[in-house]
Amino acid sequence: MTTPGKRPGTAESTTAAPVISLQHVRKVYGGAAGEKVALADITFDVARGEFACVVGPSGAGKTTLLRTMAGLAQPTAGAALFEGTPLRSVPPGIGVVFQDYGRSLYPWLSVARNVELPLKVRGVPKAERAERVAEVLTSVGLADAGRSYPWQLSGGMQQRVAIARSLAYRPDLLLMDEPFASVDAQTRFELEDLILRVRQEFGVTVIFVTHDIDEAVYLADRVIAVSKSPGVVTEIVDITLASPRDQITTKADPAFAHYREHLLGLVMHP
Amino acid sequence: MVLFLVWWFWSAGSKSLYFPPLSQILKSVWDQWVIGPARAQLATSLEHLLVGYVIAGLVGIGVGALLWSLRYLRDATSPYLYFLYVLPAPVLVPAAMTLFGIGFTMKVVLIAFAAVWPTLLNTLDGMSGVDQVKLDTARVLGVSPAGRVLRVVLPAASPQIVAGLRNSLQVAIILMVVSEWQAASDGIGYYISNAQQSFDYVGMWSSFIVLAIIGIIANLLFVAAENRALHWHYGARAVEGRNR
Repeated sequence: MTTPGKRPGTAESTTAAPVISLQHVRKVYGGAAGEKVALADITFDVARGEFACVVGPSGAGKTTLLRTMAGLAQPTAGAALFEGTPLRSVPPGIGVVFQDYGRSLYPWLSVARNVELPLKVRGVPKAERAERVAEVLTSVGLADAGRSYPWQLSGGMQQRVAIARSLAYRPDLLLMDEPFASVDAQTRFELEDLILRVRQEFGVTVIFVTHDIDEAVYLADRVIAVSKSPGVVTEIVDITLASPRDQITTKADPAFAHYREHLLGLVMHP
Repeated sequence: MVLFLVWWFWSAGSKSLYFPPLSQILKSVWDQWVIGPARAQLATSLEHLLVGYVIAGLVGIGVGALLWSLRYLRDATSPYLYFLYVLPAPVLVPAAMTLFGIGFTMKVVLIAFAAVWPTLLNTLDGMSGVDQVKLDTARVLGVSPAGRVLRVVLPAASPQIVAGLRNSLQVAIILMVVSEWQAASDGIGYYISNAQQSFDYVGMWSSFIVLAIIGIIANLLFVAAENRALHWHYGARAVEGRNR
């Protein structure tokens, strides 16, 4: 076993270098026919070990923002740095969970082989691959599903597979793009608690994009509110609710309602 | 099956030269093709078919993938591809004879040339339709560009590639016969035209039955391979259908 649990940097980090640093990021699509400014001016840092949620109304360029942080898209102006280096392509230390698990999982591979793929392309030896696949599948509560195919599982279970796959190679940063938007409410609560637990277990930094303010407040250490297109950061709110969070007591906390009200105001009437 | 029985009884007492009794035809299938001299013709034809078809499949997928990955090449060649695609392949028999004689090479080249198009065009089409999210996912997971083609694009496009391979197989069987028609000294096609010209109508009919059997066996083999390779596709589609 290598590096179980705690990750170097959570407590003993000497440098305060952020995992992600966005500096005046601007992204413009299209050319001569008509330009569309998806992101006008985005600046924020996310520190190691932090759980940050990005909220904004639909059309706020949230997906563009996530693609930029993943290195899948290049900013038109400004800089996007991952661990101090400008993002030119996708670095090996980033995991991404997309909203649509049906499109991001590979239906021709079994669950175990889906999870194994990033390890295979990294040249991890076979025995260790099997061990790590079993480990992450157990973490997401799918210890027995390895032989199934993704399409044989429910939506919530498929998204768990996608989460397991992006944790298998132990990224420093996990980016999540509205990952629970297409599952039912009950499953969503379960997955929210799951992601809080695995974040603790793997010591990973998480940036979670959502349009759901309750979800953002419940999960985050910090909420970054983004305005409607063209996107700018309207406010960054520190969430100081007690940890570990609990679906019933946390949401009954008067502070929860306060954060919720404040953020709702920001998103609806910026 | 019923049609076969009707044919059997209807033709049983036939004295017609052109429509001999089915019993005679089947006897000839056995005597000529299974234990008799025509077996060699069959082997020759099947060899042409197999070699030509395998080449068509490999070239079709390979060139299709190449054209998919090189946009400029695709745009530059597409009018020519279309021209060659719409050209009925049998008209190329004389050209092929001129270039390659009437031997093994000519037949294999002709079969491969005619059969390559459905696979090539379906490969190109299937690869162009691969979901962007699947490709983004592969990049995020650290899959190299070559790995993305092998591990993501090919399997994602495989249902369409397989459909192309199935059409290619039909074309290959047709060309197997046609290529032996006018330009051969052996093979099933040669046997058919020879039987027809020497008034051996029993032999001619028996070749038809042999061809039908070849078609059925080739198709069964193809379907078996397809079900194995694409079981995930049919499984996923069945689930989709149930949820709709």
